[in-house]
Amino acid sequence: MADLTTNFIGIKSPNPFWLASAPPTDKEYNVRRAFEAGWGGVVWKTLGSEGPPVVNVNGPRYGAVWGADRRLLGLNNIELITDRPLEVNLREIKSVKRDYKDRALIISLMVPCDEDSWRDILKRIEDTEADGVELNFGCPHGMAERGMGSAVGQVPEYIEMVTRWVKQHSRMPCIVKLTPNISDIRKPAEAAKRGGADAVSLINTINSITSVNLDSFSPEPMIDGKGTHGGYCGPAVKPIALNMVAEIARSAETRGLPISGIGGVTTWRDAAEFMALGAGNVQVCTAAMTYGFKIVQEMISGLSQYMDEKGMTATSDLVGRAVPNVTDWQYLNLEYVTKAKIDQDACIQCGRCYAACEDTSHQAISMSDDRVFEVMDDECVACNLCVNVCPVEDCITMVELPKGTVDARTGKPVADYANWTTHPNNPSVKAAE
Amino acid sequence: MAVRENAGFDYLLFDKINDLWQPFFKSHRQEGLTLPNTPLTPGLAAGRLPPEAYAHNFDDLEPVLDAHEAHVAADRCYFCHDAPCITACPTSIDIPLFIRQIATGTPEAAAKTIWDQNILGGMCARVCPTEQLCEEACVREAAEGKPVEIGRLQRFATDRVMGKGVHPYSRAANTGKRVAVVGAGPAGLACAHRLAMKGHDVVLMDRRDKPGGLNEYGIASYKAPHDFAQAEVEWLLKIGGIDLRLGVELGRDVTLDSLRAEYDAVFLGIGLGGVNALRAAGEDVKGVRDAVDFIAELRQQPDKAKLPIGRDVVVIGGGMTAVDAAVQSRLLGAQNVTIVYRRGQEKMSASRHEQDHAQQVGVRIVCNAAPVEVIGQNGAVTAVVFAYTEDGPEGLKLLADTFTLKADQVFKAIGQTLVAPEGMGGPKLATQPMAGVWTGGDCAAGGEDLTVTAVAEGRDAAEAIHASFGG
Ligand SMILES: Cc1cc2nc3c(=O)[nH]c(=O)nc-3n(C[C@H](O)[C@H](O)[C@H](O)COP(=O)(O)OP(=O)(O)OC[C@H]3O[C@@H](n4cnc5c(N)ncnc54)[C@H](O)[C@@H]3O)c2cc1C
Ligand SMILES: Cc1cc2nc3c(=O)[nH]c(=O)nc-3n(C[C@H](O)[C@H](O)[C@H](O)COP(=O)(O)O)c2cc1C
Ligand code: SF4
Repeated sequence: MADLTTNFIGIKSPNPFWLASAPPTDKEYNVRRAFEAGWGGVVWKTLGSEGPPVVNVNGPRYGAVWGADRRLLGLNNIELITDRPLEVNLREIKSVKRDYKDRALIISLMVPCDEDSWRDILKRIEDTEADGVELNFGCPHGMAERGMGSAVGQVPEYIEMVTRWVKQHSRMPCIVKLTPNISDIRKPAEAAKRGGADAVSLINTINSITSVNLDSFSPEPMIDGKGTHGGYCGPAVKPIALNMVAEIARSAETRGLPISGIGGVTTWRDAAEFMALGAGNVQVCTAAMTYGFKIVQEMISGLSQYMDEKGMTATSDLVGRAVPNVTDWQYLNLEYVTKAKIDQDACIQCGRCYAACEDTSHQAISMSDDRVFEVMDDECVACNLCVNVCPVEDCITMVELPKGTVDARTGKPVADYANWTTHPNNPSVKAAE
Repeated sequence: MAVRENAGFDYLLFDKINDLWQPFFKSHRQEGLTLPNTPLTPGLAAGRLPPEAYAHNFDDLEPVLDAHEAHVAADRCYFCHDAPCITACPTSIDIPLFIRQIATGTPEAAAKTIWDQNILGGMCARVCPTEQLCEEACVREAAEGKPVEIGRLQRFATDRVMGKGVHPYSRAANTGKRVAVVGAGPAGLACAHRLAMKGHDVVLMDRRDKPGGLNEYGIASYKAPHDFAQAEVEWLLKIGGIDLRLGVELGRDVTLDSLRAEYDAVFLGIGLGGVNALRAAGEDVKGVRDAVDFIAELRQQPDKAKLPIGRDVVVIGGGMTAVDAAVQSRLLGAQNVTIVYRRGQEKMSASRHEQDHAQQVGVRIVCNAAPVEVIGQNGAVTAVVFAYTEDGPEGLKLLADTFTLKADQVFKAIGQTLVAPEGMGGPKLATQPMAGVWTGGDCAAGGEDLTVTAVAEGRDAAEAIHASFGG
């Protein structure tokens, strides 16, 4: 069986599944249950400075987006960092770590943006025996209004400065957690690296309003008639997170910087995808909040089965495997030609491909009186919209035209690899001539 | 949540009532009362079941979906292009649209979409053989043998809005035209509503003392309980402009000529008033009756425990009427119920779904046998002799081989026939048999004899009448 043990910036854990810093990791009781259920590590709910803890609104604290069967697709929250006293958290962290030496236990931190505050908190956590720290530069609500969280994460210079303080005042491995509420994710990652971070983790939650109550005209979640933007997470954010992870993994400036992948990880497959795009491990929050801690068992069995089937023995065999295949649009092969093909035996004649192609694409599907749908190769541009709207899996497939075959649409034979950089329509090619 | 114990076919039949019976018997014995009837009591007897069993057996066969169930069911619709279910619906309801309206939380809009095409969409949601209509055509039936539950979704939407007492239609400006609609069954009701909507004044007459036609007197009780037929008619009449006159019979109280003279147009939706004869010796003895009469009586009896039913019931026929008579006999506590049909099972006009339902409640279906003699004793039926049959190219042949079924009650369900108004004839009426007269529903040629077909034909006749006025 595949070995799921990971060594992430020197921190060992029996599997790559960590719980992200959030309510599931807010106290000893939860974390013990999580470790019993099999989680490889936890990032403790973000701690703040000494003194009176932050105050949360009573609630509701969550907004949600559901599928038809109330499947939770996206969750939004307006929680702050831990609202329990610092001493209590530190005592509990120490007690849990003592009993679970084989698991990773990271402390998430968020304190005001001055060196003293960071030096103080690092000193306070020193004797907990925790394995590392994660700097929360991500919370998009509440804390940001006080100059913390994403207010720091959106300014690369601050990230660099704080990371440098942390590395100066502590020997612990340091992970910088990034906010996605920024236009180019590479910039904060570069700043973290310059500041000496051992790794980055991403994404934290995305600014969002999940819905508007059309009776009271307040955004959800609504507190006494008013609402504020919250942080979006869960399955809906995964595509955004994957892209951000990939950008950091393939950028020349940050290549090789360890990444902890976060955002919508719900199944072993999601985890495997993050890892293939360069994440050394993953962190999970919403899936655990939706289904409970037990889901880690499916993640463990699924990932090991997949790795066995692929002949991978260690997670390092998987990490980064897809990174070389992420490229820029301009390098995509313009001579790669496919045609949609409808399997008439599998077709259930719903006509969705027809409506999609006829109304919104290239009028490349014909419909007969007895509802037979066929692709016209001389019109099909291979956009594959029909594949995506077809309710039957594998009923419509995109079939590649071998090199040399004539494309009925263009009348030209399929040629060797050629991309935009050399295409005659590209103005910069002409300019170079 | 509206989960009912008897969802599905979980009726309280003979084998399940013992627990209910024992305390009942006990209290009767203690009070020195005569013991009640049971399914085993010979002859015709009422109250064969414990009182609770009736309410249970004659309640909704399928409960209405709750909001969440409807959401999940609606999400299964693929919103097909030029959807096959629309084509399969005799009234061409825009099914994908109304389902999407349910899915997006607007059952009101969904109901309107349904009623725009089929003003009796509430009844049709309950009685349509959807497995032969829209749901058979559903692409998910082809894909996985599980169609979208169109009928139940239709009921969800229409029940919601009717439950609020909302009638979303109003009349166009009065045209001054007057139309006589004869027969207040599905065809006549649909015709009257559409005409009223167009601004014409309608006089809707029926010889019965309640409107609804077979919705009120024919449809099986468990398909439309809680007096739904009357509630629906009441709701439909809210449009205004329809003057309902009950107890008025064409041919007795009014003539076609007088109607043609008095009104600008006449619509006939008189259904099938006659029944076929058995043509078996001895059919006149007591205990032999038409299934439609039995069903009408059953529908009108609020206390089902008062209905006498045989211990051994034989139903002759192979259609929906035969199945409904047989199933309801069982639900009233008959011990043995047998449907005997003269041809092969595949020729039965009752749908497979209906046949399965019958068999699930313990009705025996015997095919390829026809009655030759009804045997009576002291003027009451005791048995029926059947001959086996052979269906060949020259038609049905009775074989010499016979068998006898014990019977204390026999229902004839061998087809209804048209009682044509004076001056007309034929097994069915033409769509427009003479100038100024239109027909629709069971009495008219074309289409199957179904509630939904009657609605479609009534509606279309109204459109034709409106067009004839230059509308
Ligand atoms: C037992 C039984 C069960 C059925 N079950 C189903 C089912 O589950 N699903 C389904 O889709 N279909 C079912 N049907 C068929 C369905 O009920 C009919 O197709 C439908 O009712 C026909 O509507 P209609 O308006 O043409 O006629 P009817 O419903 O028969 O209405 C005709 C009306 O005209 C009146 N009338 C007749 N003659 C005169 C006259 N001379 N003067 C004044 N008024 C007159 C009658 O009183 C009656 O009210 C069933 C039929 C029967 C008999
Ligand atoms: C209720 C809630 C509270 C959170 N609190 C924190 C926090 O205190 N510190 C932090 O770094 N991230 C916090 N997060 C963000 C999560 O750690 C995680 O980055 C995010 O939810 C995306 O992962 P997911 O899609 O698996 O939920 C919180 C998320 C939720 C839902
Ligand atoms: S791939 Fe695009 S263009 Fe081709 S048939 Fe499908 S929808 Fe039409």
